Amino acid sequence: MKTFAIGGVHPPENKLAEKQAIEALPLPRKVAIPLSQHLGAPAVPVVAKGDKVQTGQLIAKGEAFISANIHASVSGSVAKIDSIIDASGYRKKAVIINVEGDEWVEGIDRDETLIKDISMDAEEIIKRIHDHGIVGLGGATFPSHVKLKVPKGKTAEYLIINGVECEPCLTSDHRLMLEKGEELMVGISIQMKALGVDKAIIGVENNKPDAISHLKKLSSSWDGISVEALEVKYPQGAEKQLIRAVTGREVPSGKLPIEVGCVVHNVGTAFAVYEAVQKNKPLIERVVTVSGSSLKKPSNWMVRIGTPVQELIDAAGGLPEDTGKVVNGGPMMGKALNDLNAPVAKGTSGILLFTNAETPRPPLQNCMRCAKCLTVCPMGLEPYLLAILADKQRPDDCEEERIMDCMECGSCHYICPSGRPLLDQVRVGKNMTGRMIRERSN
Amino acid sequence: MSDLFNEVTVFSVISLAAIGSVAAVVLFFVAQKFRVIEDPRIDVVEDLLPGANCGGCGLAGCRALAEAIVKKESLEGFSCPPGGSEVMQEIAEALGMEAGEQVPMIAVVRCNGSREFAPPKVRYEGAMTCAFAHSLFAGEGGCPYGCLGCGDCVRACDFEAMYMDEKTGLPVILDDKCVACQACVKECPRDIIEMRKKGKKDRRIFVSCINEEKGGVARKNCKVACIGCGKCKECKFDAITLENNLAYIDYNKCTLCRKCPPVCPTNAIHELNFPPRKPKADKEKNQAGA
Repeated sequence: MKTFAIGGVHPPENKLAEKQAIEALPLPRKVAIPLSQHLGAPAVPVVAKGDKVQTGQLIAKGEAFISANIHASVSGSVAKIDSIIDASGYRKKAVIINVEGDEWVEGIDRDETLIKDISMDAEEIIKRIHDHGIVGLGGATFPSHVKLKVPKGKTAEYLIINGVECEPCLTSDHRLMLEKGEELMVGISIQMKALGVDKAIIGVENNKPDAISHLKKLSSSWDGISVEALEVKYPQGAEKQLIRAVTGREVPSGKLPIEVGCVVHNVGTAFAVYEAVQKNKPLIERVVTVSGSSLKKPSNWMVRIGTPVQELIDAAGGLPEDTGKVVNGGPMMGKALNDLNAPVAKGTSGILLFTNAETPRPPLQNCMRCAKCLTVCPMGLEPYLLAILADKQRPDDCEEERIMDCMECGSCHYICPSGRPLLDQVRVGKNMTGRMIRERSN
Repeated sequence: MSDLFNEVTVFSVISLAAIGSVAAVVLFFVAQKFRVIEDPRIDVVEDLLPGANCGGCGLAGCRALAEAIVKKESLEGFSCPPGGSEVMQEIAEALGMEAGEQVPMIAVVRCNGSREFAPPKVRYEGAMTCAFAHSLFAGEGGCPYGCLGCGDCVRACDFEAMYMDEKTGLPVILDDKCVACQACVKECPRDIIEMRKKGKKDRRIFVSCINEEKGGVARKNCKVACIGCGKCKECKFDAITLENNLAYIDYNKCTLCRKCPPVCPTNAIHELNFPPRKPKADKEKNQAGA
């Protein structure tokens, strides 16, 4: 079975919610929609305090090249445009809407019937994806329309759809593949048309046999779409690792996947593209997994963007008393929340609750040069060395050791028997090195 | 035997002398060609400097400062924080230049968000460096401008002039040990530490907060935050400016009159090393308050 070439770890899967069908979360009373939910420049609000908005209405425009539009996920009135504590732990600007009823903008098809025929041409598709604020829903939230425009002089050969979901605990993509398989196929065909490629491969890890067989059955009636079962290994969902696993090609250091003729999109993104193009529906909701060992009801929810995390936890049975940490995202790359009123954003794939017993870090011991971090690094870096260089504040040496290739998957940190905060230190080093590189180019 | 011995000796002496003289001639020309001319005054100046290589002057150590001074032929713009005016005066005399007046400076921590005033809401257990904590979240107390308390500044200090107060979780600067080398200023990821005039008898008045959030938001996280109310702006000497919801006292204009600290409703303005206020004034205030 295929997988990527070097490194990788296999943390306990703990996919507690994989049998739970996606449910729609009841509308919250109030939403806070952050203006910066994507990579790139924050969007500029086009509504003001007191304005009435309808579900699906544009409320902020992404004007920069790398930016994304943001739409109202509920109907109601704009209470204020103020700063709120978001998942980053800092105050960020957000549009706060008091929910009144559930009126949708005219022209959005809310019918569940599948529309297979793709009537738009490539340019129209990309424009629609741009207008409807679609970003990568795997977690990095890179604006999708930018990825679908192939730069001049380059040709795309494969569209790779990421259904790997290599993070433990998360099940949102798994459920989406099972429940929205047909829509996914249409979404993938739309993206293939936009890119002008005739081959698409859906990569799914082998711990989801039901999803693999379901998609294989569906894909047989779609031209050019195939499904590839992959060995279970973290971080297979990372762009470069997935390309290596599926096509055997290596993306050079510091280059984009288009360099080897590949474009990677998440299954969640493919579904959002289907809804935007066929149903005219902007990105206003997404599937979020809520899970935790002591949580009453680990489950998957279709959540409107901007819903407070607290409401999601309440719907899953309330916050257990022994909760030590609430993490936004997966257990490997996610980040602990420091306010449960933080809103669900476009990049929120899961909310995980860890108990007091699960949270503490192991006691810190000295590095014993066991080189486990080297063996598991999927980018072939030397995490222990990068950590030392970062600690000694030597950005030029960090750059030479390719610190910027690190994608912060945390495999080194996870495997370290001495409990050393390798990823923490590498991140400090990356910050430092990035600053040095920017200063140099200015 | 002795003939042979003589022959070897004579031969050795002559050949070695020949090689030596040839080498000497070659070395002479090489030395002429690759001669490094160094101003002898650099060594003089370096000897006068403290030799701590702290970097407080902004250059890479004492030698670099000595080279820069000699190259510029003037002391203008140069200073040696650990050495102070005395050292600069000595250098000036040695080089026959004039030393400008050097104002003694000291590092000041502009955050009073202790565990008491800004109670922690979350617990941080990541790597204990401010650089990392800063990239992760606003801080245990919730203030995105406040001290993170991991002690990067204390580790940066080469003069043992700082320590972390266990009780408050904030760094403390020792007046008599700080040499104003600015290592801590450069280290702090939040620019909380500022170089200020040491002041007469080490007396200083400053706003111990750099939070630019609106008053209500700042106050929510920290009881002693500057809320930008502007009450202190009544300053007779125009030393206080208010910008982005934050008051700032210009140490060049401040006359240490002590009028502003009692005015501040959140006690964000600190006065250091002053004698205690007369109880009479307190009494009057209490009466007015009652």
